[in-house]
Amino acid sequence: MTNPRREFLRKTAVLTTSVLTISQSAHAQWLSDNFSPNILNDIAKSDIIDTDKIEIKLPKIAGNGTAVPITVTSSLDNIQAISILVEKNPIPLVATFRLSSQLEAFVSARLIMTETSDVIVLAETRDGLYRAKEQVKVIIGGCGT
Amino acid sequence: MSSIKIRTKRMNDKTQIRLLIAHPMEHGKTLDKITQQPIPAQFIRVLTVTCNQKVVVSCEMGDSAAKDPYLAFILKGGKAGDKITVNWLDNLGNTDSEEHTIK
Repeated sequence: MTNPRREFLRKTAVLTTSVLTISQSAHAQWLSDNFSPNILNDIAKSDIIDTDKIEIKLPKIAGNGTAVPITVTSSLDNIQAISILVEKNPIPLVATFRLSSQLEAFVSARLIMTETSDVIVLAETRDGLYRAKEQVKVIIGGCGT
Repeated sequence: MSSIKIRTKRMNDKTQIRLLIAHPMEHGKTLDKITQQPIPAQFIRVLTVTCNQKVVVSCEMGDSAAKDPYLAFILKGGKAGDKITVNWLDNLGNTDSEEHTIK
């Protein structure tokens, strides 16, 4: 485990949890680095295992890209975080959910999609990063243009 | 009135938590139809869900999340009387929180 990015992620996770346990009003850190257009390149550098143990429920065709419902479930053990990314959005990362051990590996949300694109789900476990992909066809994009 | 609606449903040994938050989630690229000026960005950055004072979900969101975010999670266990609190912080520094008791 010498990957600097993973080390960094783990440190922020530890920091976040410690801050949150000390003070309830303190929020998790929002890192602008993660919400930049370059995150896909950053991810490509880290080693990710493609898996079929992450199940993504998405419509195949979305009439309107402003609210695409997504449900992610997984049978992987020890999931610490689930991230949802839309490949062709200006800012690909939609959200990162850090789940405690009290929660099932289940997340449901709604996302904006500007155009037909792959939706990538990354699951961070103690053993590494896992990835699953699904394509959604968008008829009307959700970026106001 | 709070911007957060929390609904919980107990299913066997699990509890489903559903959240609906009223928030514009503007990503700053939409143009105002009348003035043709971009509408300034306003979106939730961090959202935390706690169960009995323990953080169960901490979520960092970007501007690709849809308007009026809907989120759902499933809690292992959970019994009547457990307190769920949700709070969020957006990029302009606004915050809101809401408490809910599992029935």
